[in-house]
Amino acid sequence: MSLRRVLAMARYDLGAAARNGEQLLLVLGIPVLLLAFLANVDVLPTGDGEPIDFLAPGIIALAVLSTAMTNLAISTGFDREYGFLVRLGVTPLSRVELLAAKVLVVLVELVVQLAVLLPLSLALGWDPSWDALLVVVAAVALGAIAFGAVGFLLAGTLRGLVVLAAANALYVVLLLIGGMVIDLDELPDAIAEVAQLLPTAALAGVLRDAFADRATDGRDWLVLVLWSIAAPPVAARLFRWAPR
Amino acid sequence: MVAVEVSELVVRYGSLVAVDGTSFTCGAGEVVALLGVNGAGKTTTMSVLEGLRRPDGGSVSVLGLDPWTERARVTAQQGVMLQDGGLPPAARADDLMRLYGSLHRAETGDLLEAVGLTERRRTPVRRLSGGERQRLSLALALVGRPKVLFLDEPTSGVDVAGRATIRELIAERRAAGGAVIVTTHELDEARKTADRLVIIDRGRVVAAGTADELEREAAPDRLRFAAASGLDVVALSDLLGGHASEIAPGEYEVAVAPTPPTVAALTAWLAERDIPLGDLRAGRQGLEEVFLRLTSEER
Repeated sequence: MSLRRVLAMARYDLGAAARNGEQLLLVLGIPVLLLAFLANVDVLPTGDGEPIDFLAPGIIALAVLSTAMTNLAISTGFDREYGFLVRLGVTPLSRVELLAAKVLVVLVELVVQLAVLLPLSLALGWDPSWDALLVVVAAVALGAIAFGAVGFLLAGTLRGLVVLAAANALYVVLLLIGGMVIDLDELPDAIAEVAQLLPTAALAGVLRDAFADRATDGRDWLVLVLWSIAAPPVAARLFRWAPR
Repeated sequence: MVAVEVSELVVRYGSLVAVDGTSFTCGAGEVVALLGVNGAGKTTTMSVLEGLRRPDGGSVSVLGLDPWTERARVTAQQGVMLQDGGLPPAARADDLMRLYGSLHRAETGDLLEAVGLTERRRTPVRRLSGGERQRLSLALALVGRPKVLFLDEPTSGVDVAGRATIRELIAERRAAGGAVIVTTHELDEARKTADRLVIIDRGRVVAAGTADELEREAAPDRLRFAAASGLDVVALSDLLGGHASEIAPGEYEVAVAPTPPTVAALTAWLAERDIPLGDLRAGRQGLEEVFLRLTSEER
């Protein structure tokens, strides 16, 4: 594997993302707006305690979702639709290098998101514990793997416009029932039971516990680990580099 | 030296045989054009050569390597222009050239200037004309001065000046010892660009050679003329010493060399019967007629 080629591809993708208004809105605009709005306007049932203590970890989970799944799915899906993936396939860039570049792009975008969301959350009155930072990093990494695999699955199996619609629809559904901005206890029982098995709820749960300096829920870890183990092989198996 | 060798290549899409035992070669410093109607199997053949598809039968070799199993070594030495472009609409020529330069570890130098896109280097692909996209695609294929170039319909949608530029760049690569395989269904372009033509029909090579060789071999000398319909072609055959036939109402073809005595005999025969002669043509078939004849047989 050539680091030079990985960096070149990642730099190209980051440049393309920076020029794409829709992508910027998705990875930064929506999380920032939701955080700032919901922290100041008490319209959502966020459980007991300060809304910001519930919201900030949830919005971090939402940021991971938007970057690793939605954004990755849409950008990769359109690259595939336009034949750019096939075109890259006849250059010295290997598939492993392309994948590594995509992972690197997600990591960079996550760092940028956290660099914006963390100070904003602190400014809004969030006072988290940093004792379990490693737990936070591990949970974000597992979440990114699981969401990224779902993103690749969408991008590698559906047509470009369908990927756009499906990724955005999934984003909205998970925003509502994924346990990130609305407490699962506030959802109807049947939906809450399903939502507990989603990686979004698991990631948000682990982050809330970690930042509150509580013992993390074993079930959340189990859900997160299972998704991050099961999803990548499915995506790898079903991914097609060119639309049929 | 043979740079590209295709031997008894077979590619199937389910029950459809897209390439059916195709064989040809391309040497270093040579331009070979694959000619065929849409669906003949040209692009499928190219996709195997480019390492995008594994053959179902036969073999291909690019610079002595198998493009499917030795992909990394082949891609470092090849330049590819895909039929569908494969350029993201939001991408700019500059960014793509920089990316390709890094991937090939090569200077992109004045390639954009060579294809006449210097002033469009910051323009998104979606705002480039079809011809400009083709030229950008060619510039990308030329990054790293590849030893082998695969160009799928490079002049499609390109204006006259753009075509001349593309021909010039192909000629430069050939002069530098590169092997170039071009697919096209534009016969005039193939004649101008390629050293040899390979005509493919329904996945099979039906003829190969220089344009002159194809015209000579595929269609022997003959005489064509127009006159009143219903002439006695048997008598005409006996007179001229070659098979005469009415290929369309009032259109005749005689399989004889168009020598002066033959033409004189024909005109005399028509004069005796007071039949006006129109549109007398002597000589070999043009490339287009050869192509149509070869690709329409058995249809």
